[in-house]
Amino acid sequence: MGNEKLDQLYRSVIMDHYKTPRNKGVLESSNVTIDMNNPTCGDVIHLTLQVEDDIVKDAKFEGEGCSISMASASMMTQLIKGKNTEDAVTAAHAFSDMMLGKDIDDSMDFGDIEALTGVAKFPARIKCATLPWKAMEKGIASDSE
Amino acid sequence: MLNNDIRKDFPILDQEVNGYPLVYLDSAATSQKPRQVIEAVANYYQNDNANVHRGVHTLGNRATEGYEGARETVRKFLNASSTEEIIFTRGTTTALNLIAQSYGRANISEGDEILITYMEHHSNIIPWQQLAKATGAVLKYIDLEEDGTIALEKVSDAMTDRTKIVSMMYVSNVLGTMNPIKEITEIAHVHNAIMVVDAAQAAPHLKLDVQDLDCDFLAFSGHKLCGPTGIGALYGKKALLNEMEPIEFGGEMIDFVGLYDSSWKELPWKFEGGTPIIAGAIGMAAAIDYIESIGLDNIEKHEHELVAYAMEQMKTVEGLEIYGPRDSSKRAGIVTFNLDGVHPHDLATVLDMNGVAVRAGHHCCQPLMKWLDVSATARASFYLYNTKEDVDRLVEGLRMAKEYFQ
Repeated sequence: MGNEKLDQLYRSVIMDHYKTPRNKGVLESSNVTIDMNNPTCGDVIHLTLQVEDDIVKDAKFEGEGCSISMASASMMTQLIKGKNTEDAVTAAHAFSDMMLGKDIDDSMDFGDIEALTGVAKFPARIKCATLPWKAMEKGIASDSE
Repeated sequence: MLNNDIRKDFPILDQEVNGYPLVYLDSAATSQKPRQVIEAVANYYQNDNANVHRGVHTLGNRATEGYEGARETVRKFLNASSTEEIIFTRGTTTALNLIAQSYGRANISEGDEILITYMEHHSNIIPWQQLAKATGAVLKYIDLEEDGTIALEKVSDAMTDRTKIVSMMYVSNVLGTMNPIKEITEIAHVHNAIMVVDAAQAAPHLKLDVQDLDCDFLAFSGHKLCGPTGIGALYGKKALLNEMEPIEFGGEMIDFVGLYDSSWKELPWKFEGGTPIIAGAIGMAAAIDYIESIGLDNIEKHEHELVAYAMEQMKTVEGLEIYGPRDSSKRAGIVTFNLDGVHPHDLATVLDMNGVAVRAGHHCCQPLMKWLDVSATARASFYLYNTKEDVDRLVEGLRMAKEYFQ
């Protein structure tokens, strides 16, 4: 059966983040809280951020969803911790581009996240991957208001 | 079981998806279309296309005959007493909205009660929520039994003197349960409430008889019974429809138009503003002719056998949970399930990579998902063109997903 194609989507690093998610939980010290869902499939994410002086000091997520959305949330929180909010939003935009199959800026060090490039070939799953990033963007926008 | 030759009527089934012969198990979302339907629609556009009810010319007559002939086909299909009781709509959703907006606004006032169930599709929830908000009415839910069925005592208990509308699906698009609509209609009528039936999942699989059911309104969609998308029908009792105001105004539905006031055509046309869905109605009639030529009873039996076989085979997959009645004879052709350790989206992707199409998600039933205490499920739904081999391919895919995600 079609394991090769599946392997393009479910890279081992994705499965690793899915099975042992980083930054899972609720941040007690958070000053930014975002709930977002994907109405077409029922995925939900509860993201808590601690933002101080435009720096994302800490981030945690809770949620329910498929391997792609939960692995993406795990990787996203890992990436933004310690970044300033502007860079975090830039990363979210770059991630959207990546999902659209566009080339992204070489200066963007995505690390594990590059494993999600395969999602671009599965149109029905792109929204799974982008949900946590959209939540993060929304949270940062609400904080800066 | 129906003869496998039926598959030859459905050109779309003869293809490979991701390198495997297509197994289509998503008919509850939309069914595939037989050549007979595709040809009826093409024939209309190639030979008869014109606007209806106005042309003096020959094509106009042919189009009108096709469209009104389709209405007669629907009337017979539902065993309604008159074509005046058959209104073409865009589908079940539009039909339910029409009832809520027209009948509902005129007859529901503050404190009245509208009774529905936890298993309803969003299209049979939200129109009533909106009606309740606009009028101050109360929307109430009948609780389900543990296996997802509805107990008549609970319906009786929920009825009060203020209950004005009971609205319920005939067949659940998630649990596959068939609700005792005739008995519930009787209960509704004892309390002088009207009975609305969402037959979107029933019409493709069960013989419907609106006079026997005695329901006041019934809605279904063409695309789930082998017809085109964008067409459905609303049945309503003539006495009720006569009293109701249209909700869409414009061409086609008028009798006389003055500068400041207008009057409407008689039934059923007063509810069909604008150029109607002519090709859709003709295609839906061809679909009804098609499924009736095979026989609703035969289709129902075929699905029961497939579901029984599917449930038996699926039980052999470790960690697989099936929702709804355990007894396959209580189900239409739908099996909704979850596989432990594999999210339904991932499951649907793995199956798709093996050519098997299933639905994953909340199936437009968020309140029911909450009742089941799950965020999403996977669903396999069967129709007349499915075979036991399709079930085997599904089960093979499930085992593979289980292994892959271990």
